Amino acid sequence: MVAGLPAMQLPEGASPPSSAPAPDHPSVPDYRPSYFTSVEWAFINAACARLIPVDQHGPGGVELGVPQYIDRQMGTPWADGAIWYMQGPFFAAAPEFGYQSQLTPKQQYRLGIKAIDTLCHERLNMPFAALTPAQQDDVLKQIEKGSLTSTELSLSTFFSGFLLKNVMEGYFGDPMYGGNRDMAAWKMIGYPGVRADYLEWVGEAKPYPYGPVSIYGKRG
Amino acid sequence: MATVSKPVDVVIVGFGWTGAIMAIELAQAGLNVLALERGEDAATVPNWAYPKVVDEIAQSARNGLLQNLSKTTVTIRHGKNERAVPYRQIGSFKPGTGVGGAGIHWSGVHSRVMPQELRLKSHITERYGAHFIPAGMTLQDWGVSFAELEPYFDRFEAVCGTSGKAGNIQGRMLEGGNPFEAPRSREFPLPPLTDPPTSALFAKATNELGYHPYPLPAANASRPYTNPYGCQLGPCNFCGFCSDYGCINYSKASPQTTILPALYRLPNFALRTHAHVLKVNTDNTGKVATGVTYVDAEGREVEQPASMVILAAFHLHNVRLMLSSGIGKPYDPDTGEGTVGRNFCYQLLNSVNLFFDQSVYINQFMGAGGVGQAIEDFYADNFDHGPQGFIGGGVIWGRQTGNGPVRGIPLPPGSPSWGSGWKAAVKENFLHAGRIEAQMSNMAYRGCFLDLDPTYRDAYGTPLLRMTLNWQDNDLRMSEFFGERLSQIGKAMGAKSMSGRVLKRGDNWDTRAYQSTHINGGTAMGADPKTSVVNKYLQSWDASNLFVLGANVFAHGIGYNPTGLVGALAYWSAANIRSAYLKSPGPLVHA
Repeated sequence: MVAGLPAMQLPEGASPPSSAPAPDHPSVPDYRPSYFTSVEWAFINAACARLIPVDQHGPGGVELGVPQYIDRQMGTPWADGAIWYMQGPFFAAAPEFGYQSQLTPKQQYRLGIKAIDTLCHERLNMPFAALTPAQQDDVLKQIEKGSLTSTELSLSTFFSGFLLKNVMEGYFGDPMYGGNRDMAAWKMIGYPGVRADYLEWVGEAKPYPYGPVSIYGKRG
Repeated sequence: MATVSKPVDVVIVGFGWTGAIMAIELAQAGLNVLALERGEDAATVPNWAYPKVVDEIAQSARNGLLQNLSKTTVTIRHGKNERAVPYRQIGSFKPGTGVGGAGIHWSGVHSRVMPQELRLKSHITERYGAHFIPAGMTLQDWGVSFAELEPYFDRFEAVCGTSGKAGNIQGRMLEGGNPFEAPRSREFPLPPLTDPPTSALFAKATNELGYHPYPLPAANASRPYTNPYGCQLGPCNFCGFCSDYGCINYSKASPQTTILPALYRLPNFALRTHAHVLKVNTDNTGKVATGVTYVDAEGREVEQPASMVILAAFHLHNVRLMLSSGIGKPYDPDTGEGTVGRNFCYQLLNSVNLFFDQSVYINQFMGAGGVGQAIEDFYADNFDHGPQGFIGGGVIWGRQTGNGPVRGIPLPPGSPSWGSGWKAAVKENFLHAGRIEAQMSNMAYRGCFLDLDPTYRDAYGTPLLRMTLNWQDNDLRMSEFFGERLSQIGKAMGAKSMSGRVLKRGDNWDTRAYQSTHINGGTAMGADPKTSVVNKYLQSWDASNLFVLGANVFAHGIGYNPTGLVGALAYWSAANIRSAYLKSPGPLVHA
């Protein structure tokens, strides 16, 4: 037996791992965006209100704090492309090869919102946020199917790969991230959140009787 | 100039399943073993403690437990005359990172291999004739038999505390198990998990259709369990956070739950994390590995001398290390010569969502990665391929893996993707939708291979591994065959509508949507050094003190989940190192 090999090493300056979840920052009523400008913030709120509107089925995205979720995500490493391979050269490729743009999520939002507002101004003389709900739906549908385009960036990629995806995350994510206020989106679909203990229930194809629980232990 | 570290008997590159298996087996044999892991250290507590880890945003939306592609990734193209582009975001496959590797975020389906798959070329030739193998398909036997591997499948299942029901114990067929199962030496360590609604409906429907459902073997413990190393598992509670997540309950088998507590007690074992290995060093003959060179957390190059080198990283990194170290001859798709990078394969997955009436509760938020019912009526050569005209097969299952809304709520065909119509659809379907799938083999082809990318480099300045792969006609025809069966089973289960993905002729490999992390091949095992990189003991044909583990040694893509075979091959290799190699170091097979 040979002893004396170096033990597990933690690099200098690294903090020891913790069992604490991500910080608890639920949505607040008087939120001021950190990343988005006031013009961009108006777009995010307007788009969110159309993607997940208030209706008879359940709460809308804006009332649950989804825009706050997206603004806060702009402060994470993901928003700078830090979990993606972002080295060049960048070439256009068939869609099935995935994301090939050099734009980070932050840049997607900055350029994407500007391009959409520019198109709205050109056609309707108003920014997206000032259009009627029916006009906004029409613009979003055209962007989604690729019939409304920009020379600046792929608007359909911005829409499907960023805006719509992040709106859904905020709506259905844990309330600690700023959206899904009071777990209202979970209640709408019958998702019990992070109860994470179903041994007694899994063998029975019946309605689950309990309401949701969030990561910070709140009950809905 | 690299710092030179104190020599060790064995250096292991990568510390997931195969690294942990090889480390404990060789450390128990008295060798001085050092494992190098490029990622972080990790343990159930604190890393996967409740409620920290059950966070869909952190784990599923932001790939918290997966490889950070900004450090290193691969490039991909469909054919050898195309320009490859980088795999910039996680999509089709999910490499892990850190101590435990992909053994942390896997689901736990724990299958073996079908004996005929290990000698597929011989088997197909015997039953259908050599002409049945299409041009360009580079089928070859694996050089090892099921009987040789059986004790090591058994060993790995005992370590994992695998839940299941035997269908064939030493040739005695048993009710309730898989009637197509190859002979096992004994029953599974634990009984099957409880069937969730999807699995119960699948079993009933497939039974009525005349197929043969059985409980899928799962490395998710159905009962409290103590394994041969003395490590303890707790029963799975179907929390619904399995694939993409670390296990909160010590129920899913991982290196941390089944091996590391015992390994860390051995004084002749050491682990260095944040050690990214750049290459395997060889002496001036090129026939002896002298150790490895790695970059440490500070960015310094360190040379680690060792008497034996074990490549135990994930598939991608093992193959790239062989190529960037210049060991063995790189495969040339034009001449068919060379072996490193040859027979690169994947797996095909058809996934069909089933939508039921409001009275049928599926409760997809409950589940476990490995729980399910499956049929093997169309696996490997369990059915007559003559009339079908393709080679290959797959397992069809009704699993309920656990799903939350950030991971995506499947919706019936024609549903809107946003707005009020979308809201109505998610509300109506979330509790009443299930999923069935066919996971199918992927044969090896002359034009599907791995090499080093000429353009793109990683954060360490090393060329990225380049994948050249696309679906081929044989496999797509098989997939269409499975699409018909899935549709038949979905209807029999009572689905009022279905949506999903069935690969059809003309479809290309789409790298965007997740389908399977089961990439394989590239350093195939075999009996012939002209077509394989390692011999049947996973020993390099070129440097006898170098062993290469992982799914990269597969000679073609099998239909089963690969971890059971990957673990068994690691135990088989370790046993032969202990019994033969250590007594007389040198080639265990003479070419």
